[in-house]
Amino acid sequence: MAETIQLEVTRYSPEHDAAPTFQRFEVPYRKDWVVLDALNYIKDKLDGSLSYRWSCRMGICGSCGMMVNGEPKLTCATFLSFYAPDAVRVEPLRYFPVVRDLVVEMTDFMVKLQKVKPWIIRKEEKSIADGEYLQTPQQLDVYKQFSMCINCMLCYAACPVYGLDPLFTGPAAIALAQRYNIDSRDQGAKERMDILSQHEGIWACTFVGECTEVCPKHVDPAGAIQQYKLTAAKEWFKSLLMPWGAK
Amino acid sequence: MTPHEAKGATQYTTYHPRWYRTRVSTYWWLGKWYYLKFVLRELSSIFVAYFVVITLLQIHSLSRGPEAYARFEERMRNPLMIALDAITFLFVLFHTITWFNLAPRAMVVRLGGKRVSEILIAGSNYVAWLVISASVAWFILR
Repeated sequence: MAETIQLEVTRYSPEHDAAPTFQRFEVPYRKDWVVLDALNYIKDKLDGSLSYRWSCRMGICGSCGMMVNGEPKLTCATFLSFYAPDAVRVEPLRYFPVVRDLVVEMTDFMVKLQKVKPWIIRKEEKSIADGEYLQTPQQLDVYKQFSMCINCMLCYAACPVYGLDPLFTGPAAIALAQRYNIDSRDQGAKERMDILSQHEGIWACTFVGECTEVCPKHVDPAGAIQQYKLTAAKEWFKSLLMPWGAK
Repeated sequence: MTPHEAKGATQYTTYHPRWYRTRVSTYWWLGKWYYLKFVLRELSSIFVAYFVVITLLQIHSLSRGPEAYARFEERMRNPLMIALDAITFLFVLFHTITWFNLAPRAMVVRLGGKRVSEILIAGSNYVAWLVISASVAWFILR
């Protein structure tokens, strides 16, 4: 008989259960299988009622983030061989409300993301006839790392501040705000500052740093937040020294 | 009502009336070294503050003459104080090292369009630490 591996998967049915339970499944163990392959095997062969999100299975779409043995992971990039022969425990992303099985409710993140205006803001739009907003490779390099975010929300599941204070804007949203703040084509830093310099914005962050550790795209949200704190502190100091200065 | 609801976080949508929310354990920081390290780093601030107070007291007694300073030294010779100072020393060391290591993440220095490497920024902090410590030692011990 072929080798197998045990999977402990969270099951929660809002219609029937008061709280989530674990269900054990035995799936074939293959060296080239990731946790998502095992979940797909369960869905196809063992229990079609298992619910979870996934799409691209190549670390781009950001849908398949779950807790694997207590760590926030993209299940499409987490190999079973890393845990074998021990059982693998798969749970929904931490700190988010669970809708069903492994599916979490992410409206909170979506609302916060929109609130920080992660798009290019211009005081005056150029007309199409005037052409594109040009940028040098060096100018691109300044923000490129932060633009790699795929909105997988693993950083939120890693952030105890978000767990304890759900109003915290959170790592990915702030990193994406910073991505536009330091984009040479953007002129909206002031607008974002009003939102992000509130307590629930950057100042709620205590620099635990785990968001950066779990980020599958090496965005470094913790770095983005600290850099933004520095900018905000400088701005505050400037406005204190020169209250008449141009806003 | 969960703490999330109490604080007015985003509520449910029409399609998901019954969510399950887990509570964050009070001991969330115990399970993982990375989180424990963070809590210890935060805690170290208390010891840094204690160190500052002791140093101020030392300078104060120094300013009041040799007898006052001898009394201060006598008080500090207490084994309990020595134990507390040893713990404080370890925490101040921990505080310094962890923050120096984190400094490059908050400081982005660009030279000629390129970001200065993390090792160089953290390294310059350590070098400054060493130079200042050495000059203080030279001043006291010469």
